[in-house]
Amino acid sequence: MTELIQNLIDGLGRGSIYALLALGVAVIFGVMHLLNFAHGELITVSGYVSFWAIDSGWSWWLVAPTIVVVSILTSLLIERIAFSRVRGAGDFTLLLTSFGVHFVVSAIFLLYVSASVKNFSRPGWVANTYSVGSLNIEVFDTIVIVVTLVTLWGTSQLLQRTMFGLSLRAAAADFDTARLMGVRSNSVIRGAFALSGLLAGIAGVFWLMRAGNTQPSAGIDPMLKGVLAALIGGLGSLQGAVLGGFALGLAEVLLRSWLPDGIASLTEGVVFLLIALLFIFRPSGLVSVQHAERV
Amino acid sequence: MLDVSGLTTRYGAISALRDVSLHVDAGEVVGLIGPNGAGKTTLLGSIAGLLPPSEGTVTLDGTDVTAAPPERLLRSGLALVPEHRRIFVDLTVEENLKIGGVTVPAGERSALLDDVAEQFPVLRKKWTTSAGYLSGGEAQQLAIARALMSKPRVLMMDEPSLGLAPVLVDVVFELIDSLRDGGTTMLIVEQNATRMLEVADRAYVLRSGEIVTEGTGAELSERDDLFDTFVGGGSS
Repeated sequence: MTELIQNLIDGLGRGSIYALLALGVAVIFGVMHLLNFAHGELITVSGYVSFWAIDSGWSWWLVAPTIVVVSILTSLLIERIAFSRVRGAGDFTLLLTSFGVHFVVSAIFLLYVSASVKNFSRPGWVANTYSVGSLNIEVFDTIVIVVTLVTLWGTSQLLQRTMFGLSLRAAAADFDTARLMGVRSNSVIRGAFALSGLLAGIAGVFWLMRAGNTQPSAGIDPMLKGVLAALIGGLGSLQGAVLGGFALGLAEVLLRSWLPDGIASLTEGVVFLLIALLFIFRPSGLVSVQHAERV
Repeated sequence: MLDVSGLTTRYGAISALRDVSLHVDAGEVVGLIGPNGAGKTTLLGSIAGLLPPSEGTVTLDGTDVTAAPPERLLRSGLALVPEHRRIFVDLTVEENLKIGGVTVPAGERSALLDDVAEQFPVLRKKWTTSAGYLSGGEAQQLAIARALMSKPRVLMMDEPSLGLAPVLVDVVFELIDSLRDGGTTMLIVEQNATRMLEVADRAYVLRSGEIVTEGTGAELSERDDLFDTFVGGGSS
């Protein structure tokens, strides 16, 4: 029982980061029908910035907000350089463009920095645990979960209570009609990329704290988690993306503890298998988007 | 106020509109009637910035707004109630109205929301309801109220009575009447030519992408040779 609860907390800790990544992917998909395979590059760039900052003696108290800012700026830069030029193009073109960005960013670090892994030190408290009864809980997991819940609440408030959030939701529902109302395409798309960057930044802080290193291909893993979780949750639903993230995190941890030792290293493979089964029986994901309709 | 001159719009090799010219003066209600497929929706779309024209100009109060993007046109004072209404079904009635007033400063927007609530009691009852649950008639009122939230100088409507039961068609035309009394300038595309001509000051008849005739509402109502226009058959 104790082990189950600890696994649940661990799974929620992982799932929190995946949920933030998935939400970042879902926000852009909602507005532009673009599945952003370059989403992970925000963490690659943040990773290198962290490496250089920590190498120069910065404390993590400074590095963390820097990661968030870098993530937002990088996201906006990518929109300006790559995606703004293919605005209005077909879904496939957008997809290819995002792959292109992913390869270009990895290549830049490969060519101009180096192929080797860059390590940096993690904050001291990352490995700390505390006890609640018979449970041994990681400080890290606790903080990740709390910060994620606050972020999710904040994002929900942004979307539900501000005109910016309303514009995003309207544009996601019907872009052309939103423009007829006067919503500016540029504002809404850049806003979506900024929000996506913010979410990736927060996720990135924890991802990098846990990883303690970066390399040119660092973006692949977070991108996969984010995109998969968003798909599991059901593209088109922001709540679904968050749910998908938590589900993925829990699945990973629970499976690893349940699988017999011999094949525990195949956890990832089993997770993919389960995802495949999910899509066979429920192609639209966990949360199917249903529109209100008067019969 | 609104001047369209020599507008030609093509879909590839096909000309959907050929050399269309019309004008709407301040305070007028101008109708655009014609059979199915005549190009009426294309015309509004070309004026509203959704479909760029290949030739011709659109001028609003002397300013050239040809092929301007919809968001800029709206800010210049031209609002469109699109065909099939296109309300945001996942947003509430209030949110739909708010987004209609997105270009208006916040304080003024609240005042406008109050005005709409008063003018459209049907909507006030469903204020926090998801717009997808509205009936056809309610949805049409929402679409019109939403367009009014931007305080347009010219209001364009594409087939406002489409798909509505006769009783609701009356409601829509009464609404158009009272808007006209309030001084709203309107350009309205309508399949229901008879009702449109009753309420319009002037009207243009569009057939196969060209303006074939124009006149006052009264003049055109008398014309027997426009019978197929009134019945709304296929394009000739």
